[in-house]
Amino acid sequence: MSLELLLFLILALIAIASALGMLLSRHAVYAALFLVLNFATVAVFYLLLNAPFIAMAQITVYAGAIMVLFIFVIMLLGTEVLPPSPVLPWQRPLAFLLALGLLAESVYLLFFRQRLTLSLPATIDPFSGPKAIGQALFTGYLLPFEITSILLLVAMVGAILLTRKER
Amino acid sequence: MHFSEAMPAGFFSLAPWIVFFPLLGLLVNLIFGKRLPERAIGWIASLASGAAFVVSILLALSLREHAEGTRVLLAEWIHIGNLRLDWAFRVDTLSVTMMLVVSGVGTLIHIYAIGYMHEDVRFKGDPGRYRRFFVFFNLFIVAMMILVGGDSYLMLFVGWEGVGLCSFLLIGFWYDMDTLGRPSWANSNAAKKAFVTNRIGDFGFLMAAFLMFWSFGSLNFDEVFAQAPLLAQAMPGLVIAMTLFMLLGVSGKSAQIPLYIWLPDAMAGPTPVSALIHAATMVTAGVYLIARSAPLYVTVPAAQYLVALLGATTALFAATIAVGQYDIKKVLAYSTISQLGFMVAAVGMGAFVAGMFHLVTHAFFKALLFLSAGSVILGLERGHHHLAHATHHGKEHDPHAHAEVFDPGDMRNMGGLRKRMPVTFWLYLIGTLALAGIFPFAGFWSKDEILADAFREGYQAVYWLLTIAAFFTAFYMGRQIWLVFFGEARHEAAAHAQESPWIMTAPLMVLAALSVLGGALNLPGLHSLTSWLEHTLEMVHPGEFIFPVAALSTVLALLALGLSWWVYGRRPLVAGQVDPLKQAFGPLFIALENKWYVDEGYWAVFVNRYIALARWLAEKVEWAFWHEWFHDTVLVSGFNFLSQKVLHLRLDRQVVDAFFDGLATLTGRIARRLSPLQNGFVRSYALMVLSGVVLILGYLLLKG
Amino acid sequence: MIPLAWYIALSAVLFTIGALGVLVRRNPLVIFMSIELMLNSANLAFIAFSHAFGALSGQVFVFFVMAVAAAEVAVGLALIVAIFRTKHTINVDEMNSLKG
Repeated sequence: MSLELLLFLILALIAIASALGMLLSRHAVYAALFLVLNFATVAVFYLLLNAPFIAMAQITVYAGAIMVLFIFVIMLLGTEVLPPSPVLPWQRPLAFLLALGLLAESVYLLFFRQRLTLSLPATIDPFSGPKAIGQALFTGYLLPFEITSILLLVAMVGAILLTRKER
Repeated sequence: MHFSEAMPAGFFSLAPWIVFFPLLGLLVNLIFGKRLPERAIGWIASLASGAAFVVSILLALSLREHAEGTRVLLAEWIHIGNLRLDWAFRVDTLSVTMMLVVSGVGTLIHIYAIGYMHEDVRFKGDPGRYRRFFVFFNLFIVAMMILVGGDSYLMLFVGWEGVGLCSFLLIGFWYDMDTLGRPSWANSNAAKKAFVTNRIGDFGFLMAAFLMFWSFGSLNFDEVFAQAPLLAQAMPGLVIAMTLFMLLGVSGKSAQIPLYIWLPDAMAGPTPVSALIHAATMVTAGVYLIARSAPLYVTVPAAQYLVALLGATTALFAATIAVGQYDIKKVLAYSTISQLGFMVAAVGMGAFVAGMFHLVTHAFFKALLFLSAGSVILGLERGHHHLAHATHHGKEHDPHAHAEVFDPGDMRNMGGLRKRMPVTFWLYLIGTLALAGIFPFAGFWSKDEILADAFREGYQAVYWLLTIAAFFTAFYMGRQIWLVFFGEARHEAAAHAQESPWIMTAPLMVLAALSVLGGALNLPGLHSLTSWLEHTLEMVHPGEFIFPVAALSTVLALLALGLSWWVYGRRPLVAGQVDPLKQAFGPLFIALENKWYVDEGYWAVFVNRYIALARWLAEKVEWAFWHEWFHDTVLVSGFNFLSQKVLHLRLDRQVVDAFFDGLATLTGRIARRLSPLQNGFVRSYALMVLSGVVLILGYLLLKG
Repeated sequence: MIPLAWYIALSAVLFTIGALGVLVRRNPLVIFMSIELMLNSANLAFIAFSHAFGALSGQVFVFFVMAVAAAEVAVGLALIVAIFRTKHTINVDEMNSLKG
C-alpha cells in the first residue's frame, strides 16, 4: 500500500463521513459545517487530481461564498428542529432502499462490468494550471463564459426581487 | 333522281324561308304581341303565312324550268360515322305541291281566323287568348313546312311531331271548358286523346325509321329509295314490315282505322283549327308520307294492297258514321276521315297522283266546308247573344248566365239559315257539291280519278267500298244542307242568326272558287298534275277517264242527294222531332249515332284494361307490394332490426360502447388509484425520480 | 497510483448520500446542501476523468457547474426566505400545494 493510496483512503473516509454527518445531523448548522468539511476534502482531491485552479475555486466559491450564504440564511430563519413527520411514513425506508440499490448498481458497474483499470498519477502538470484554464475559458469557451455571467446577473436580480419586501 | 349539290338555280335558295317567314311571324307576335292591337296580330300571322305562300309560288316557278328539283342545305345536323343527316330542304314537285296547299289554304284560314277568333274569344269570355291562337297557328305552319320540306325521314319526323304538338295545343285551346263553354276538362281530354292516339302512330313511324336505318344505314329519301328495290328482292319481309309500321303512323296522323278515333274529338278546337289542321293539311301528312315513300311501297304489292283496303274500309266506315251525327262539325270530321280514306286508298293502289289530286281538292272544299260551318256556328252564337241582350237588356250582359245551355253546333238547333245567312249558304252549297262529287266541281274530278284507277288497276273490293262510301258522302252532305239551311228555324238563336263579316266570307269565296275550279289541275286528257308530279314520282302514269265509272258515281251521288231531300227536305224537321232515319231504322241508326260504339269498344278492350292494369300496378304492385310490404315491412323492419337489435344493442351497446365505457371506467379506476401519488410533496416526487433512475439503470445493466 | 474507478466510486457514494439527503430530510436548507453535495460529487467525477484523459474541458465544465450552483443557491435561498415570510415555516411537509 503506497502513500498515495493511504492518503486517498483517509481522505475518502473523511469525505464520506462528513457527507453522512451532513445527512444525519439534526441541526442545519451542523449540517452546514459537515458540508464545509466535505467540500474541503474534495478540494484536496482536486489537488491530487492535478486541478489546482478548481481546488482553489472550490474553497473560495463553495466552502466560502455558498456555505457562508447558507449559514447566513440559517441565522436569518433560525434553526428549526422539525418534529417527526406524520406524512409520507414510507418515504424514509423506501429512500434508503433505493439509495442502497443505486449504490449497489454503481459498484457493480464500476468494479464488475467496466473494469476501469486506468490508474491516475498524483503529479503536478503545469499545463492544467490556472493559466491554461484561463486560456481555455477566454478562447474556446468564451460564449458559455459570457452566458454564465448573464446567469449570475439574473440570479442576483432574481434573489433581490424575491426577498424584497412588498410595498 | 339526282340533285345537284351546286348552287341552287332560280329561287330554290329561298326554300328555307318557307319555314323562316312563319317563324318570324310567330316570334314577332310572341315578343311584341302584348302591345299590338288584335287586328295587327292577326295580320302579322297572316302575312307570315302569306309570305311562305309567295315563296312556295316562287319555288314552283323555278321548278317549271328545273323540274328535277334540288336539295337546299341549311345546316349540318347529325354526322355520325356514315350517317349524315342535315337540315336540308328537298324542293321537288311533290313537296312544293304540299307547300302550296299548306301555305295557300293556311293563309286563307289565317285571314278567316282574324275575324272568327275576334268573336270566338269574346263569346268564350277570354280575349287574351287571341294572340296565343295565332302564335300556335304560325307554329303549325312552321312544323308543317318542315314536315313537307324535309329531305330525310328524320326531318319529316320533326315536322310530324311538331304538327302533332300544335294539334294538341290547338285542340286544347279552350282547355278549361267543354265545347259549349262550360267549365270542364272535356277539351283538354280531347287534346290528350289526340296526342296519345298519335303517339301510337308515331311508334309505328319510329319503328319504320329504325328499320330503315338498320337496313339502309340512312334516313335520307334518296339513299333509302335507291336501295329499296334491292332489299325488296333480298328480304321482302323487311320492307313489308317497314311499310306496315309506316302505315301505323299514317293511320295515326291521317285518322285511319284503327286510330281515327281522335279526329272527331279534335273538333273541340276552334273551327279554323279544324279546317286547317284537322281537314286540309296535317291529317293529309300521312297521305304525303306514303306518296313520298312511293318508291318503297311499289316494291311490296302486298303492303300496297293492305294500305288500299284499309283506306277504302275507313272511307266507308266513317261515311256511315257521318250519317248519324247531329253536330255540324262532327259530320265534317267523319267526312274528313272518310275522304282521307279515299286518299290513302289511292296512294295505296299506286295511284299517287290521284291521291295527291284528291288531297289538294279536298283541302279546298273541306276547308271551305269547315270554315262555312264555323260561320254558321258564329252566326248562331250572334243570334243567341242578340237574344240574350234583347231579353235581359239592362239587367245582365253575361250570356253564360242562361240556365239552358245552347249548343251552336247542333244541327237540330238550326234550320232555315238560307235566308238569314245567304252568303254562307251558297258557299256551303258549293263545298257540298264539290265533296259530293257533282260534275263539274273539283271533287268530281279527283274522286273520279281515284275510282277510275281502282277500277282499272283491278282493285275490285276497293272500288266498290269507295263507290258506296261516295254514295254515303253525298247523302250525309245533303242531309246537312237540308237540316241546316232549309225548313224553319228550330231554335230562337237560328231565327236571329246573323251573317258573318267580309273578313270571314272573303277567304271563303276564294276557297269556293278553288273548289269549283280545282278540278282543272288534272283534267282528263290534260293531266297537268300528273306531268307535274311525274318529275318526282317516276312510276306514275296518267289516269284514264272511264265513263261508266264517272257516270255511276255521279248517278249515285245525285241519287243520294235526292234521297236526302226525300228524307229531310220534303218534310223539314221541326223542333224536338226525332231524326226520320231513326224512326225508320231504329237500332241501326242509334248505332250510327254512337259511332258504331268504337270508342266504347276501345274503352272496354284497351282503356279499361289499361286503367285496370295501371290501377293494379299502382295499388297492388307499387303500393301494396313495393311500398307497404317491401319498403315498409321488409326494408324498414329489416333496417330497424339491423340497426336497433343488431347494430345498436349488440354491436354498438354491447361491443363498442361497452369497450369504451370499460376503457373510461378503467382509466378512472387507475387514476383514482394513482392520484394519491400526486400528493403534492416534492420529496415524494423526487423519490419517484430516483426509483426511475434505479430501475432504468438496473434494466440497462441487466440488458447488458 | 490510484485507480480511476475508486474516484468514481467515491463520487457515486457521495452522490447517493446527497440523493438520500434530498429524500429524507425535511429542512429545505439541508435539502439544498444535499443538492450541493450531489453537484460536488459530479464535479469530482469530472475532474477525475479530466485528469485521466488529460483533457482540460472537464475542469472548464466544473467551473461552469460552480457558477450555476452559485446562482442556484442564491435564487433558492431567496425562495426559501420568501416562503418563510408567507408560511412562517420551512417544513417541506407542509408545502403540498402542488397536489392536484
